[in-house]
Amino acid sequence: MADTVTVPPVGHVTEAPRRDLLKLVTVASAAIGAGAIAWPLIDSMNPSQDVLALSATEVDLTPIAEGSGITVLWRGKPIFVRHRTPEEIKSAEDVPLNQLIEPQPDSQRVKPGHTQWIIVIGICTHLGCVPLGNKPTDPRGEWGGWFCPCHGSQYDTSGRVRHGPAPLNLNLPPYAFETDTKIKIG
Amino acid sequence: MAGLHKSDFPNPVINWIDTRLPVFTLMQKEYGTFPTPKNFNYFWNFGALAVVALMIMIVTGIFLAMNYTPNVTMAFDSVERIMRDVNYGWLIRYVHMNGASMFFIVVYIHIFRGLYYGSYKAPRELLWMIGVVLLLLMMATAFMGYVLPWGQMSYWGATVITNLFSAVPAVGPGIVTWLWGGFSVDNPTLNRFFSLHYLLPFVIVGVLFLHVAALHITGSNNPLGIEVKSPQDTLPFHPYYTVKDSVGVCVFLLIWAALVFFYPNYLGHVDNYTPANPLATPADVVPEWYFLPFYAILRSVPNKLGGVSMMFGSILVLFVLPWLDTSPVRSCRFRPIYRQLIWVLVVDVLLLGTVGAHPPEGIWVVIGRVCTSYYFLHFLVVLPFLGKLERPLPLPESISRPVIPRGGGPLPGAAPAKPMGKP
Ligand code: HEM
Ligand code: FES
Repeated sequence: MADTVTVPPVGHVTEAPRRDLLKLVTVASAAIGAGAIAWPLIDSMNPSQDVLALSATEVDLTPIAEGSGITVLWRGKPIFVRHRTPEEIKSAEDVPLNQLIEPQPDSQRVKPGHTQWIIVIGICTHLGCVPLGNKPTDPRGEWGGWFCPCHGSQYDTSGRVRHGPAPLNLNLPPYAFETDTKIKIG
Repeated sequence: MAGLHKSDFPNPVINWIDTRLPVFTLMQKEYGTFPTPKNFNYFWNFGALAVVALMIMIVTGIFLAMNYTPNVTMAFDSVERIMRDVNYGWLIRYVHMNGASMFFIVVYIHIFRGLYYGSYKAPRELLWMIGVVLLLLMMATAFMGYVLPWGQMSYWGATVITNLFSAVPAVGPGIVTWLWGGFSVDNPTLNRFFSLHYLLPFVIVGVLFLHVAALHITGSNNPLGIEVKSPQDTLPFHPYYTVKDSVGVCVFLLIWAALVFFYPNYLGHVDNYTPANPLATPADVVPEWYFLPFYAILRSVPNKLGGVSMMFGSILVLFVLPWLDTSPVRSCRFRPIYRQLIWVLVVDVLLLGTVGAHPPEGIWVVIGRVCTSYYFLHFLVVLPFLGKLERPLPLPESISRPVIPRGGGPLPGAAPAKPMGKP
């Protein structure tokens, strides 16, 4: 390295760039150090290991009557587990995709062989309220799914947004059927 | 007094702000060009190190508080959760835990510097007294912080220390009940300790501001203990002392890091990893190392009120130190007798610390009593008389003289434009 550098004549002229380099190196290492210290502090505000460990919830489906749904808590969020009637399934499957705000077929939103169960995260994709509609007596909106009381977003029986201001379909949690009547979320 | 400040900063944005709120001029004046004695040794790093420690303690403390629960049923577990589950929680806690020790080491050396070089003498008496207030605030903060993990030492430490106030005649027991918010150290105590432990560091920041403001009025003392006589005796704070302080900060952080990563529990006590049990006192209750000398003084006096008074007195005596020391000479370098005696005091305090770490039995009681007596003897008897008896060595004419043997030409950057002179 050293021999590739042309050595400038000794004298006051060389002082300034040398000082600049020293300053640059000092400030840069201080900045790297500060960043290295900042990261553990910032990361400590992310979900901790015990919070991550609490991430699976089991749900028994037997008590849920056709046409109604329940809300369970998973990672602090409401999860809608709804037992759809044949008509609701049909209406969800038959909608032409071009009528949807976020086009997605019903088959991608339920598990094969369990199409009567629609399981979504019950958080409006607008600004985070919990939509109504699990109980048959709740307002369910024009498309028979869920209705958000905050700013009037409406979802269909597949949890897809049909009327704004919400921009996206209700999100799906990761889950699997352990038996025909039991699911594990997370 | 109204009127815009005339700012010299070329950068238009800085100039605009500085014209309306001259913080840049202030920083430039107090930390840029601030004339500082040119003969500082590394002892003058320790104030800056204490500031760094304080800032790190506040930052790590804020992040710990995000995960801590001040409730007797949950406090211990919430700390264990920080250690095991919170991302980097172990690191943040160990930095904070060992930071208390690092802070005290640094401040004790800072105080020693003041004692050795006579920094408490006129005109810096108030600066010194504000320092003693900082020490008391630090002690209160550290004590309450130690209670928060709610281990056995937390609980019994809190019990013993709060009970000190029961020594006060007549109102003592009432004060203790008031401190506890109940009839023993319990949930209300823990809640208020948490609140105060969060508050006091910011009080320290406020008092520190006064400490530094007072320092910038009197200017710093220096190893020779003589006043600055001409601009030749000084250097601008930046870059000379910003760089010297940075060197110290690097070493300081390295030692702190070594403690955190290799010996995180070396200075702590294992019993504090046992949850608090109000029904069983651990075999030997000892405070953290930085309280040991005071603890030894407390136990050396076989009388409740006496012990408590002596313990508080050992710190309060520092408040009047500027008037107890009658010698007009500041620096120990020119006080041949005091230069020896101050080391006797250091050994005395270290011995007191050792006594505090041992059960009060046998020889330790004797050593404790001798050392306690000497401690007060030093301040109350030796210092007032020594000032009158001791013959100080001749003081140098100016700071520049001993540093630059033959009169000394101006150093680069040292107030070049000003004419020298005016003794
Ligand atoms: C929270 C704790 C403290 C902090 C952050 C702190 C900070 C500082 C700083 C930054 C300086 C200037 C740099 C230096 O001279 O080292 C200083 C000077 C000084 N401090 Fe402190 N200090 C603290 C506690 C104390 C205590 C407990 C005492 C004495 C009981 C004390 C007495 C002094 C004196 C006398 C000076 C002037 C020293 C001189 O000019 O020679 N300080 N302090
Ligand atoms: S939050 Fe649901 S519509 Fe705004």
